[in-house]
Amino acid sequence: CTMSKNLRIGRSYQKKLAGDHRIIRFRCALNNTIGDVLKQRPGWVESKEGEDWDFYWCDIGWLRENFDHIYMEEHVRICHFRNHFELTRKNLMVKNLKRLKKQLERESKSESAKCDFFPMTYELPSEYHIFVEEFKKNPGTVWIMKPIAKSQGKGIFLFRRLKDIIDWKKEGYRANNEERKEETKDVETYIVQRYLGNPYLIGGKKFDLRIYVLVTSYVPLKAWLYRDGFARFSNARFTLDSIDDSYVHLTNVAVQKTAPDYDPEKGCKWSLQQLRHYLTAKHGYETVANVYQQMNEIFIKSLQSVQKIIINDKHCFELYGYDILLDSNLKLWLLEVNASPSLTASNQEDYDLKVGLLEDTLNIIDMEGSLTGNEKRVGNFDLMWNDGPVYAEDGSTDALGGPSYATNTYLGCHNDRKRQLNQLFRSLQNKKTAAG
Amino acid sequence: MASNNVSEVAALITEIICNLNGSTLQAQLKRAAQKEVEKPTVTSATLKSDIISSLKTSGWEKILRNEIYKQINCIPKCFDSSIPFECQKEPLMYMRKAQANWEKRILKSMNSMCTELSIPLARKRPADEQRDLLHKWNEMGTDEPDLSHFRPVYAPKDFLEVISSVRNPNYRSLYGHESEEYPEVCSEHWGLIQVPLEVPKLTELQAKFSEFCSSLPQGGIDDSVDAPTESFQNERNRIARRVLDEKRGVLAQHFCRRGCPSGNRAEMWQLALGVTVDHLAILKYDQLKGYVLQHDLLVDSLIYKDVKLTSVNDDYYFVFEDYLYQVLLVFSRDTTVLDHFVHSSASPPKSYIRGKLGLEEFSVIYPPNGVIPFHGFSMYATPLCYLYSEPIRLYYMFREMYTRYFHRLHSISSHPQGIISLCLLFESTLQSTHPRLFRHLQEIGCQPLKIAFKWLVRAFSGYLATEQLLLLWDRIIGYGSLLILPLLAVAIFLFRQSNLLLITSASGVEGSLADITTLHVVPLLQLILFPT
Ligand SMILES: Nc1ncnc2c1ncn2[C@@H]1O[C@H](COP(=O)(O)OP(=O)(O)O)[C@@H](O)[C@H]1O
Ligand SMILES: [Mg+2]
Repeated sequence: CTMSKNLRIGRSYQKKLAGDHRIIRFRCALNNTIGDVLKQRPGWVESKEGEDWDFYWCDIGWLRENFDHIYMEEHVRICHFRNHFELTRKNLMVKNLKRLKKQLERESKSESAKCDFFPMTYELPSEYHIFVEEFKKNPGTVWIMKPIAKSQGKGIFLFRRLKDIIDWKKEGYRANNEERKEETKDVETYIVQRYLGNPYLIGGKKFDLRIYVLVTSYVPLKAWLYRDGFARFSNARFTLDSIDDSYVHLTNVAVQKTAPDYDPEKGCKWSLQQLRHYLTAKHGYETVANVYQQMNEIFIKSLQSVQKIIINDKHCFELYGYDILLDSNLKLWLLEVNASPSLTASNQEDYDLKVGLLEDTLNIIDMEGSLTGNEKRVGNFDLMWNDGPVYAEDGSTDALGGPSYATNTYLGCHNDRKRQLNQLFRSLQNKKTAAG
Repeated sequence: MASNNVSEVAALITEIICNLNGSTLQAQLKRAAQKEVEKPTVTSATLKSDIISSLKTSGWEKILRNEIYKQINCIPKCFDSSIPFECQKEPLMYMRKAQANWEKRILKSMNSMCTELSIPLARKRPADEQRDLLHKWNEMGTDEPDLSHFRPVYAPKDFLEVISSVRNPNYRSLYGHESEEYPEVCSEHWGLIQVPLEVPKLTELQAKFSEFCSSLPQGGIDDSVDAPTESFQNERNRIARRVLDEKRGVLAQHFCRRGCPSGNRAEMWQLALGVTVDHLAILKYDQLKGYVLQHDLLVDSLIYKDVKLTSVNDDYYFVFEDYLYQVLLVFSRDTTVLDHFVHSSASPPKSYIRGKLGLEEFSVIYPPNGVIPFHGFSMYATPLCYLYSEPIRLYYMFREMYTRYFHRLHSISSHPQGIISLCLLFESTLQSTHPRLFRHLQEIGCQPLKIAFKWLVRAFSGYLATEQLLLLWDRIIGYGSLLILPLLAVAIFLFRQSNLLLITSASGVEGSLADITTLHVVPLLQLILFPT
């Protein structure tokens, strides 16, 4: 499909009406859960190739090529920010976090310490020399190499000796030199990161966490945290002896899916609620509350680190998938933030989770104009930042079944999404009829 | 009466001293005393009191106390050496017979599976296989052996059939008929269990479980995960810390009665049950592990199968698969488990060396620990994986829980903690607290015990949400009693009564009680024990 320059998007919007609200014309680049959710949404119709639209669940490739050539009407929404990669590319995320940390250092030590949630990381080849210095200072450390432009565990490897990486460097240059003849491409950029060798283990297995954060605006920063998410277990037992066995070290579902004994029905996952219960049973309520408090710090600080850089645009929103690792000291580490978290479901439970997540995302984006804009909870999303921390109201119905956090976050807590939505929309309806 | 008590205590003391004789603890105490004697300050006049006070200050006295307390808990109450051994195991002859028949049946079933599949009961592993197994010891779950031909030796359902057919041949009903012929008409018990055993009345239970009284704050109500009452939580944490620092088993056990704070539970249970994991215990575990590596037993396949059918199938417990093998395979080799048969109606099964069937001198206990796993057996261990992430500690805790409590849940006996008594307590309590509900269920063809039995046999493991299960097991340990299980089962029926009374089919009842994961055990137990 070729888009002509400065195409106007969302023009004939006003004319069509469906009951209460206008018909919303959507496009969707993905053929999985999000497609199902959009198609099933009342009053929404899919627009065909080349037709005008009001809402586009686009991929980042489309965004790159077209964003600068379109003009969107007021109401139109798309699911990425123009330069989302400032947060979602591994090297840039670290760069931005390092900068924020420096800034905060000038203000106060304790504030900057709150940024200590990413493992020591360098970009290669650009920071090769600083890395080598650091490498020599930390003998015996295991390092992990990740290509910045790939995902789902592709291209990742671990090493202990500098020799391994020198070999890789040579090979990398050679391979890339050959390619360059045709394509004049740069050397593939990697990050090298301290490998977290003491992950928290359950049943002897390593896992990482996938948590969803929705940003509807960067200026002012407005971010929502989804209550549900999951822990992904690596199938095999964890041991540092088998450094080549990427099944053990990588917990991506995509990697686990190719493991010989992977059972798709089981999915190697725990819900955040299950994890919370386990950790509470083991360490007690307070310790766990502290873990979840660290979580809030990670979300807020990482978003703040790019707040001034991301091109804010009222048409854009973004649903991020955070990859977080818990270590055996119950400290959390941010591994990466994904702009396009996998929306493919591995089993029924996973499907239900993702459908709920996406429906609630659409509820908050609110193309239909049903909300007042002052909501603190919509479905399983809790508003965690609104130009400043959002505090939980004491004694509100939201706090029922949730601990009385200072902040309005309920990760892994009791959730009753459907009931909350019913209540919310009923009360909105009542307000409307009272007003009209 | 009083003299009887005295002689009982005397017998108990003799027994404990006898048990301590030659134990490691005795050697350790001796060594500690010797050290004291060698001190230059010792005089013969104060020798005795010096040694005693030094054993106190060095902490050995506490360890001795804990050991004695543990033994008191484990030695059967009415120990009397003048009574024949088999009668001490089980005083009632018809119970002994029923258990013996049941054992025969299990053994036969296992042996016929062997013959059918033509696999031996035990096989020495070739060296390379041993090496392989050792290599993947920590991840045995990655193995996917073909187990399609194996079936569990029995399921709780089969066992229920057996215990509900147990009768006392001497027992005649008021009507003068054999009770068996007209069970419905003659019996004052409406349930499936038709043996005349005495079960405690509600008032006795109230006295026994007095800490459930709703005026006392409870772990499981006042500290619910989602909304803890801060003061209670803090108070309990503080006391828990003190109990653990005190290192006194008896205090720890008592503490469990009102529920353990999550963060302290693992340690608290261990102290309450007197489980120590010292270097000897570690050596012992390694030795047992060696036995697993050397021989492949048929029961290993049964254990594999059971873990796959239960825990691995569970979208919560699958994570613990590897741990379960590391516990259950070792368990089957552990001959110290045999000790529990002394105070159980059950006896370890015997197999015979090939070709020597029936010849006593060629018999061996099989499996070596004397316990043949059944469908769901691994669920006794699974919840413990929640608390103990070191396999060895997990192992000893499981072994203790089994030999103290869980073995009673799958053998036929008249013991007040035995499964028959528990079933009877369930039925009689339900019948007396809500006769209308009981009758209704019976009329639609649904004996309540048919639903509750699976809960009882597994001590609710796998049926309740894990935090709830741990709160329940807190009380099993705290009171040293399984009686809490039937009480909870009754409470569940009462709690769902309005729904149950509307249902008109047995399958409907089953459906409505199929999922009890949302229930909270402590308020339910209060409901039945101290209704307001
Ligand atoms: N620094 C690290 N220490 C330990 N494990 C890591 C580290 N970085 C990545 N991993 C493991 O590798 C997986 C993939 O890494 P991630 O950074 O998420 O890259 P990808 O984009 O390929 O998903 C993670 O889910 C985690 O299990
Ligand atoms: Mg990832």
